[in-house]
Amino acid sequence: MGDQKSKREERIGSTSPSRVVPSSSEESAVPLLRELVAHLRKNRTQLREEWARRITEAKLLTAMTREEIFAEATSVYDNYVEVLETGAVEALQAYARDLSERIIPRGVETDEVVGIVLLLRDVLARSLFAKYQADFQLLNRILDAYEPAANRIANTVAVGFVQERERIIRQQQEAIRELSTPVLQVRERLLILPIIGVIDPQRARQLTEQLLRGIRTNRARVVVIDITGVAAMDVTVANHLVQTVEASRLLGATVIVTGLSPEIAQTLVTIGVDLGKMNTVGDLQGGIEEAERLLGYKVTPFATPFSETSQET
Amino acid sequence: MQVPILKQGQYLIASIQGALGDQDLVQLRDALAEKVGRLRARGVIVDVTVLDVMDSFASRTLRDLAHMTRLRGAETVIVGIQPEVAFAMVQLGLTLEGVDTALDLEEGLAFLDKKMKRSRSRG
Repeated sequence: MGDQKSKREERIGSTSPSRVVPSSSEESAVPLLRELVAHLRKNRTQLREEWARRITEAKLLTAMTREEIFAEATSVYDNYVEVLETGAVEALQAYARDLSERIIPRGVETDEVVGIVLLLRDVLARSLFAKYQADFQLLNRILDAYEPAANRIANTVAVGFVQERERIIRQQQEAIRELSTPVLQVRERLLILPIIGVIDPQRARQLTEQLLRGIRTNRARVVVIDITGVAAMDVTVANHLVQTVEASRLLGATVIVTGLSPEIAQTLVTIGVDLGKMNTVGDLQGGIEEAERLLGYKVTPFATPFSETSQET
Repeated sequence: MQVPILKQGQYLIASIQGALGDQDLVQLRDALAEKVGRLRARGVIVDVTVLDVMDSFASRTLRDLAHMTRLRGAETVIVGIQPEVAFAMVQLGLTLEGVDTALDLEEGLAFLDKKMKRSRSRG
């Protein structure tokens, strides 16, 4: 008997990649699974209700109403039984993705999703124990067939959920990056690159690429990079900033960096940046004035602004 | 592949037409250094627009070229480095230190004109 038990445990993790039904040596498992499925179909209403009750009891899916939980429980249950019957997890994978898409915006956590699937597994296993408790041998063989399939399903749903979450995170990161790196032309041949927020190496790289492309398309001679909105900068990113300055120079553009905070100034000094190569001005206004000087512009007011004699037009 | 060197007023223009091997680069360097003296050029423009890769040998040779022509009386400006090439170069630490660069041929000519005017006014 103990021998049989260890055999069962061994099989839990060793199902084939796309099929749940164990092949070759497990020919006898197929009729067992069929019997299992018939049992689960027959007791559908009762088991489903039991499951939904256990979910509420365990305080899972608190973001959803009782009715919603029951509706989802029904479709998960049906999918679950179907996978047990056919062994094809593709449909369940698609369903798990679809479910994740719906519930992730509601704030459902990974542990909740894993929790409900494990609860279902437990509810069904208990019902099997109840049904076959008289025949221990048969119960063992039923569990042999059930457990690998159930594990596979739990795995599929959990992985599907996490993958969907990661996909959303990637999408959002991409969106934030796209939004946060404008390259603006303020005058003929003068670009401004205002950087706001945290710079990680990936964003720094993207900034550089966008700036270099901007220099080429706008035929810029001077670029003002304003980092007033950047609170801190680590050594990697500071080095990247220096690289951006040098790469711009290779395209024939002069870079003026403005708005360095004391912390960033300290970082640059600590890593030993060659300040001869870096053109820095205190604030954005000063940077633009310096750029205009380099480009040969001379800005002269044609009227005295804000004085008593000036007229608003 | 040989690089054609054109004379345009006081300037020599070397316009690279395709990928260059190390030997071609050395040849270009020597040819320009020689012609600067013979043709009494005051400026040299090397157009690298077509190059989509610039290794350490190439950038060192271009740097040497710029320094050699300066010693023989002509300023060199490298023009047309592509954004991707520039990015790759700085990541490899190849920054063409002490060499002037410009966006394209037009900018390079404007740059040399300005530099000539300045040096003439100085004396």
